[in-house]
Amino acid sequence: MSDLIRRDPRREWIIRNRLHPQHQDMLAELGGGAQTSEWMGPHGVMRKNPHAVGFTGPNGIRRIDRSGAQQAAQAPGRSAETKDARQRITIDTPDFMVAVVPDMVGGRLSAHDRDLLGLARQLADADPSQPGAVLAVVFGEHKETAFDEAGIDRLLHVEGERFSGYLPELKVATLQGVEREIAPRYWLLPDSNLGGGELGRRLAARLGERPAAQVWQVETASDSPTGWRCTARGAAGRDDITRALPRVVLALAECADPVSETRHACDPVTLAQGLPDILGRIEDLGEVAVDPASVALAEAEFILSAGNGVKEWDSYHHAAEVLGATKGASRVAVDDGYMPRDRQVGATGTWVSARVYVAVGISGAIQHLQGIQSCDKVVAINLDEGCDMVKRADLAVIGDASAVLAALVKRVEQYRFEQQENRDAA
Amino acid sequence: MPHDVSNRAKSATPDGLNVAVLVSIGRHPLTARTRRADQDARAVEMALTLEGASVSLLHAGQHEREHEEALRGYLGMGIDSVNLIQQRPQADVVPALADALREGAPQLVLTGTRAETHEASGVLPYLLAEALGWPIITGLAAVEKVEQGMATVLQALPRGKRRRLRIRLPAIATVDTSAPAARQSAFGPAKRGALEPLDATSEVDEALAAWQVQPARKRPKRLKIVKSSSARDRFKAAAAKADGGGGQTLSDVTPEQGAEAIFKLLKEEGVLR
Ligand SMILES: Cc1cc2nc3c(=O)[nH]c(=O)nc-3n(C[C@H](O)[C@H](O)[C@H](O)COP(=O)(O)OP(=O)(O)OC[C@H]3O[C@@H](n4cnc5c(N)ncnc54)[C@H](O)[C@@H]3O)c2cc1C
Repeated sequence: MSDLIRRDPRREWIIRNRLHPQHQDMLAELGGGAQTSEWMGPHGVMRKNPHAVGFTGPNGIRRIDRSGAQQAAQAPGRSAETKDARQRITIDTPDFMVAVVPDMVGGRLSAHDRDLLGLARQLADADPSQPGAVLAVVFGEHKETAFDEAGIDRLLHVEGERFSGYLPELKVATLQGVEREIAPRYWLLPDSNLGGGELGRRLAARLGERPAAQVWQVETASDSPTGWRCTARGAAGRDDITRALPRVVLALAECADPVSETRHACDPVTLAQGLPDILGRIEDLGEVAVDPASVALAEAEFILSAGNGVKEWDSYHHAAEVLGATKGASRVAVDDGYMPRDRQVGATGTWVSARVYVAVGISGAIQHLQGIQSCDKVVAINLDEGCDMVKRADLAVIGDASAVLAALVKRVEQYRFEQQENRDAA
Repeated sequence: MPHDVSNRAKSATPDGLNVAVLVSIGRHPLTARTRRADQDARAVEMALTLEGASVSLLHAGQHEREHEEALRGYLGMGIDSVNLIQQRPQADVVPALADALREGAPQLVLTGTRAETHEASGVLPYLLAEALGWPIITGLAAVEKVEQGMATVLQALPRGKRRRLRIRLPAIATVDTSAPAARQSAFGPAKRGALEPLDATSEVDEALAAWQVQPARKRPKRLKIVKSSSARDRFKAAAAKADGGGGQTLSDVTPEQGAEAIFKLLKEEGVLR
C-alpha cells in the first residue's frame, strides 16, 4: 500500500461538521475499527463513550480536539506511531576499523560490552572527514538482536561447534586472522574476568603490542602520537597511569557512554581465509558441579536466605540442599545462633550479587536490603504482605515459610525425578 | 559428585614434578607497606600442596632491604631459597625471566594474575607464554593430577564455578584470589632462608619514561541521563522512585501454588541444576 497521504477535503469537512448526517460514519471509518465515541442508542438517545474520545498526544497526555480534525491522527497510516527517531548510519568506505571483542555473557551484550562499543564509536567518529567503522567479533552462538543499536557497523560472527567451551587459543588465532585481513587501528576488549581480560592479554602478546589494561578514560590529546591519551589504573588500583593510547586497549566498565542516539548498519563480514586450524594444547573437559555450601556468599549465584520468620531450621537446611542454593541469613537469624556469622547478608555482613536471592521470613530492614542491592531477581516468602522485602521482591509469595519451602522441595524433587527418568529413558 | 572447593586435596603428582613460582613484591592496600604479594603467595601455597613436587621461587628485581623483607615473606612459608635475578630498576623483566625459565625447564610455572605495584597490567604471564611457546591458563584453582606430560586442573570461573581442563606441559598458570589462601609466613624460616642472586642482563623499559603516574583519582560516577525528546518522559524518569513495586505478589495462594511460581522462576533463571 502506498504511504502517500491523500486528502479528501469533503470528508474532512464532514468530520468537522458535527451536524452532518454522515458525521458518525465518517468518524467510524477514520477510527479504523477503533471505538466510536458517540452512537445512537436503541431508544433514539445519543450515547457517548467518554473514554473513546480524544487521542494520546506526542507527550503521552490525552488530548481532546473538538474540531474533529485531530481525530484523523488516530487513523492507521497517519497515526503518530512511535517512529524510531534514531538516526541510521551506514559507513560504506571506512578509513579505518576499530575492532571490539565483546564478552557476550549469556549470549548477549553486557553493559560492559556496550560501554566499550561506545568507546569504539568515539574513536571511530572523532574525525568526520575520515570516518572509521566499528567491527565486532562475536564467537559462538548468541541471542543478541540489537547489535545495530549498540553501535556496530560490521559484525564478524564466528560460528561453529568448535566455538563452544573454553578455547582461548583458537580465539586468539582467529583474531590474528582478523588482524591480517582487516588490520583494525584499535583493538578494544573488556577488562573483565569473564574472558575478555584474558583474551585481550593473549592477543596483545601475540601481536607484540603493549596493551593498556584497566583503562577507564580515553581523551583526545594533540601531543600524543596517536592523537589519543588514556588513563589506566595501575598498582592494584592505587595509581593512575596516563599515556598515549596503544593499539590494544583493555577497558573497564563505564569507560565511555553507550551508544543511544544512532543505529548502525551491522553488516556481516567474513574472513577470506576461513578459520584457523590449530592443535589445542588446552582441552576443556567441562564444568564441574560445585558444592554450593563452599561457595563464598559474595560470589554465589543462587542464595536461599533465612530470617527470623524461619522456625523449622532443619527443613530450611534441607531445602537449601535440595535446591542447590548457597545459604544466607539475616542478622537476627545469626544473632540468635541459628546461622554462622559468615553467612550474614547486609550492611554489616556480606554484600551479595546473586542472580536469584530467595528471602525466607526476612522483613527487609534497610540494613539487609543494602546488602542485596545488586541481586537480579529477589523472591520473598513472608507472612506479612506489607513488609519491605515484599516491596523489593520480583516475586513474593505470602504464606508460611515452612509450608511453602516444603512444597517447593517437593516440586523440585519431582522435577529431579522426572529429569532422571528422561535421562534413563534416553 | 560435588566437588568441595575449599578442600585442599593433595593431588597425585609423579615425583619430581618441577614447579617454578614467579613471585613479586607486594604492597599492602591500606598501609602501603611492602609485603609478599597476595596472589603470588597463593601461587606458592598451591605449589607447596602439590605432593612430591620440587618448588623453586623466582623473582626478578633489585636486591634491596625493603624488597628483601617482602621476599622473606615467601621464605617463611617453608621455602629454602628464592632465586633473585638481578635487574635494574625500571627494567623489562620478561627477557630475563624467559631465559631463566628456559634454563630451569620447569614443567609448571605458577604466577599471580596481576602485580600489586607499578603497571600491574597482568600481561607478563602471557608475554612469557608467548616467548617460551608454552600454553597458559588463568585462574588455576587446583591441580588434580599430572601424568604423561599432561596436567588435569580445575579453573576458577566467576561465581565460584569450576571448569576442568587438561593442558599440555610445560605450561604457565596464573592464580587469583579464588585459589586457597596462603599459609602464614613464619619468622624463623623467613630469617633462615636464602636469597640467591643471579646475574642477568637487564633491559630498560623505555616506554615507562613517557608515562605519567599519579595517585588514582576517584572515578566520576555515571549520571543517569535520560535522553528523550519529550520533557514529560524526562521529568518522569527524574522524579521516579528508585524501586517501587513492579514485582508480582501472590497472596491467598496455597503453598503448592506459591512453590510452583517460585519453581518456575528458578527454572527460567537457570539456577536449578
Ligand atoms: C547497625 C545495624 C546494622 C545491621 N546490619 C544488618 C545486616 O547486615 N544484615 C541484616 O540482615 N540485618 C542487619 N541489622 C538488623 C536489621 O535492622 C533487622 O533487625 C534484621 O534484618 C531483621 O531480620 P529479619 O528480617 O530476619 O527479622 P524480622 O524483622 O523479625 O522479620 C521476620 C519476618 O518474617 C516474617 N515471618 C514470621 N513468621 C513467619 C512464617 N512462619 N512464615 C513466613 N514469614 C514469617 C515476618 O512477617 C517478618 O517479616 C542491622 C541493624 C543495625 C542497628
